[in-house]
Amino acid sequence: MLFNDLRKGLAVTIKYLFTHAVTCQYPDERLEVPERARWLHKLETFEDSGKIKCIDCGLCERICPSKCIKITPVENEDHTKNAAQYEIDLGRCLFCGLCVEVCPELALSMTDKYELAEYDREKFVYTKEQLLNVKSKEG
Amino acid sequence: MNEAYVVNNEREVILNVGPQHPATHGVLRYVVKLDGERIVDSDPQVGFLHRGIEKLAEYMTYHQFNPYTDRLDYLASMNNNLAYVMAVEKLLGITDQIPERAQYIRVIMAELGRIASHLVWLATHALDIGAMTVFLYSFREREYIIDMFEMACGNRLTYNYIRIGGVARDLPDGFMDRLKEFTKLFYGKVKEYHQLLTKNRIWLKRTKDVGYISKEDAINYGIAGPCTRGSGVDWDLRRDMPYLVYPELNFEIPVYDEGDVYARYLVRMDEMVQSNRILEQCIEKIPDGPVMIDEPRYVWEPKERIMMNNYALMKHFVKVVKGFKAPPGEVYFGAENPKGELGFYIYSTGEGKPYRLKIRAPSFINISAMPKMVKGGLIADIISVIGSLDFVFGECDR
Repeated sequence: MLFNDLRKGLAVTIKYLFTHAVTCQYPDERLEVPERARWLHKLETFEDSGKIKCIDCGLCERICPSKCIKITPVENEDHTKNAAQYEIDLGRCLFCGLCVEVCPELALSMTDKYELAEYDREKFVYTKEQLLNVKSKEG
Repeated sequence: MNEAYVVNNEREVILNVGPQHPATHGVLRYVVKLDGERIVDSDPQVGFLHRGIEKLAEYMTYHQFNPYTDRLDYLASMNNNLAYVMAVEKLLGITDQIPERAQYIRVIMAELGRIASHLVWLATHALDIGAMTVFLYSFREREYIIDMFEMACGNRLTYNYIRIGGVARDLPDGFMDRLKEFTKLFYGKVKEYHQLLTKNRIWLKRTKDVGYISKEDAINYGIAGPCTRGSGVDWDLRRDMPYLVYPELNFEIPVYDEGDVYARYLVRMDEMVQSNRILEQCIEKIPDGPVMIDEPRYVWEPKERIMMNNYALMKHFVKVVKGFKAPPGEVYFGAENPKGELGFYIYSTGEGKPYRLKIRAPSFINISAMPKMVKGGLIADIISVIGSLDFVFGECDR
């Protein structure tokens, strides 16, 4: 009787013995990340002048549910404002994407870079330079 | 003092299970009073994962709180988003203005979330009882669903996809094809789970006549969802208090009268099939059109309009910084979640932030019925009862 149950269960298992594996050998091979991936932030720049797009309006700072964005503004000679410092504390970040959605200048985007582990908590605080130099698939 | 902590004679022993026990699905501390191997009394203790989400809501605008609802029942984040968003929409009075395509997308996401959540339940429930194979197979299907969610919204666990006024973005190219493929495949997969478990003698011995709760007790404790439907209560909010486009869809509510772990198991297995049926109908019926309501008072306008129109930009700043002004009043909305009825009660004083937000968490209420279920049973029955109640502590402790 018990053998009968065993046979039924094993029928399923043995069927899959001869199929391909569904898992992925992670560090060697990687799954494709979809286009809409919401991972590490990136500060955008103008293509022609290379200047930072952020105008320090502070909306991302205000909408962030975990208050992990910090901007220090600077006034340029032509009285426009830019972010002198732009810090995101990824240790607190929820990756909800609200900061990208509210940005009126398209100055912030999210990339597909998802390997963000660090040994030190301080290293989670990404500075402006780091965020400007994020390499994503789109370039 | 609770009876579970008082030893009446020398035969009785108090045993502490958890809060780190692997079969407790989180941080549940369970104190049981034993007579030999029989459970005399028990007391579940919760609150180890308390993060004060209800209080946090009072300091946040309605849009800002949306990502936090992902973190309630993190196995069915889409369904949490849905319940919260529907509650806010009810407060704003825009429930009937939501575009039809957005409603269908919401139903698709909610049903996929239900299947994903039930798959995790099946996996861990079987794993606790000792059937390891099912764990691997059901996680394979769950991975498929999560890949679809990732396509649609970019994250794998905390989606923040369903928003006030619709959904964040339209479905990506290729999503519907993958969904069609999934709905076709899934019936066969459920059959496999049945083949592995349903008639298995060990499974029957561990689940039949274990963790019994009667129909009256189930109603009195207020437990909802698959747990009550396993006790013969024919109640499902999707049918009885309909929301979204559920009235237009054809599905059955599985009800079993036995009231034991096995009945609750069968209810959830049938529910997965019914969810799949709903998905099939949605694929056929989903119309084209906008996915976000055009109501500049409450939702963020498209980027083009903000960048071109100065007034829209000013309004955008006000909406982001202060939040939209919700009409004063109080509102309750309950949605049928995989775990039961997830309700949001919002009290608004007309500010940009809720004055009070109360979450009716199904997991919390289901746990409260646990002492009734395990009383008189064996100590090993606790594990199968925990599995069959399917609670998540992110939601229970909030």
